[in-house]
Amino acid sequence: MTYAIRAEGLVRRFGETTALAGVDLAVPTGTVFGLLGPNGAGKTTTVRVLATLLAADEGHATVGGYDVRRDPHRVRQLIGLTGQYASVDEALTGTENLLLIGRLLGLSRAQARARAAELLADFQLTDAAGRAAKTFSGGMRRRLDLAASLVGRPQVLFLDEPTTGLDPRSRNELWDIVRTLVADGVTVLLTTQYLEEADQLASEIAVVDHGRVIAQGTPEELKAKTGGQVLTVRPTDPADLPTVLAVAGEVARATPEVVQTTVTVPVNDPDVLPTVVRRLDAAGVPVAELALRGASLDEVFLSLTGHRAEQDADTDAMEESLA
Amino acid sequence: MTAATATPATLPAPARRLGVVAGLRHTATLSWRSLVQIKHNPMELLDLSIQPVMFVLLFTYVFGTAIAGSSGDYLRFMLPGIMVQNALFATMTTGFGLNQDLTRGVFDRLRALPIARWAPLAGRILADTVKQAWSIALLLAVGMILGFRVGNGLLGVLAAFALLLAFTLAASWISVLVGVLVNEPEKVQIFGFMVIFPLTFTSNIFVPTERMPGWLQHWVEINPVTIVADALRGLLVTGPVAGPVAQTLLWAVGLAAVFAPLAVRALRRRV
Repeated sequence: MTYAIRAEGLVRRFGETTALAGVDLAVPTGTVFGLLGPNGAGKTTTVRVLATLLAADEGHATVGGYDVRRDPHRVRQLIGLTGQYASVDEALTGTENLLLIGRLLGLSRAQARARAAELLADFQLTDAAGRAAKTFSGGMRRRLDLAASLVGRPQVLFLDEPTTGLDPRSRNELWDIVRTLVADGVTVLLTTQYLEEADQLASEIAVVDHGRVIAQGTPEELKAKTGGQVLTVRPTDPADLPTVLAVAGEVARATPEVVQTTVTVPVNDPDVLPTVVRRLDAAGVPVAELALRGASLDEVFLSLTGHRAEQDADTDAMEESLA
Repeated sequence: MTAATATPATLPAPARRLGVVAGLRHTATLSWRSLVQIKHNPMELLDLSIQPVMFVLLFTYVFGTAIAGSSGDYLRFMLPGIMVQNALFATMTTGFGLNQDLTRGVFDRLRALPIARWAPLAGRILADTVKQAWSIALLLAVGMILGFRVGNGLLGVLAAFALLLAFTLAASWISVLVGVLVNEPEKVQIFGFMVIFPLTFTSNIFVPTERMPGWLQHWVEINPVTIVADALRGLLVTGPVAGPVAQTLLWAVGLAAVFAPLAVRALRRRV
């Protein structure tokens, strides 16, 4: 197997903060690799190191076989970068933004024009091509961002949180574009806070937290890693929630979560189900819903890191009041 | 290591280095980018034009008679100085635009491209120099409509342009430094207002040195704005040339020598 991206032991400190504490990655050529983690986990720093924007303090990395530190100019000829910290010029029109990149990449005026028109058509931006990018909607902006990173037909594409802040329809459109690119043989490194996004697009996922890869595998492997099962209990009377929480936590030997009036807890042993039924019955708690199901990536993340990927203030408050 | 080589054998290996000619081409393309923005945002051109014109009109007719006895005499005294003030304010565009690029991620996108490392900054500075030249020419044109007459012909005018552009090019490193250090573009403007306003008003560009209080005169005489204004007066109207011009060039070299390394170091640190 060939690897489009390899990183070994990347460490990067910013003053007292350690953004990367030894990141190892191996991304097979022609696949989508998901870097999943909460804000501040080190995803963007990893991308910046791989895209030659930032030097790592320790470790080394290659992109397309070239060392990002020793051969940055070669790496830059192979990559495209888009996302929260790499963006288009808002004062230029869609066409001008793509012309700018094309000309900087050494295309002739005519070639740059042709490439811009082609990309604008592909991304359904032809109608808006003559308008300043600042007048674009969020989804159009991201499509233009992505188009700008594709002008040079990169072999490796870095997408740093490409759908953050997008509505579901724009997000789905962007996902379709990414799938098309991969079908054409492009390798994509995608960072995201959305577990669903990694699950949808990536053939392999690395979960990052506090500057380290804490788990890696296919979405299925990651789900299986945590036992893969989740116990869900919803008491008929919300007043019984504390009892349910206590029972679920004790039986599963893990910290349960509450969403509205439903308690969930990851379990490794399917035999806990009868135990929970007996204990709740003995406590006289009537139950509206009781089930064992496969874990979502969200729950995988929780069981790996001890905190949720996307913090939900309401859930936190409820957990505290019940604790 | 062989397994990590993903470059298909059919493609030529990408070039390892970049030539200076390519870097100059990138610089030209990036200054096109700064200048073409004016087309979509005509307000920027008005910004570059209205303020200087308004200042010339206001100072000539409101203060002219009071300070110099007649608005024509005052225009002759003040126009070279107002060119210096305007040029210094205009250097802030460089830091403002650079900071916008840094905070909005445009700079990162450019740096991830296979282009010369110095091209994004050089492109911006080149474009801003073009804008500077426009403002200086506009000020001179307005002045001439109001009755300003050049004393040393076309050569004097060209020399004045070259000198002022050289000085602002050096001074714009201060703006670059500020643009790199602050976290939002507006703070560059605040800096410009807080520093350039007092600096230019405590020079001899609007009021002759001898009309100011004694303690202030000492400062006015060593203020580089006074020196540059005197050099421009010499070149455009009349008066000593060699001394003020030499001192202006010394200031330019000094400013660049101090602030260019600081700015480049700060930029390397930030990105």
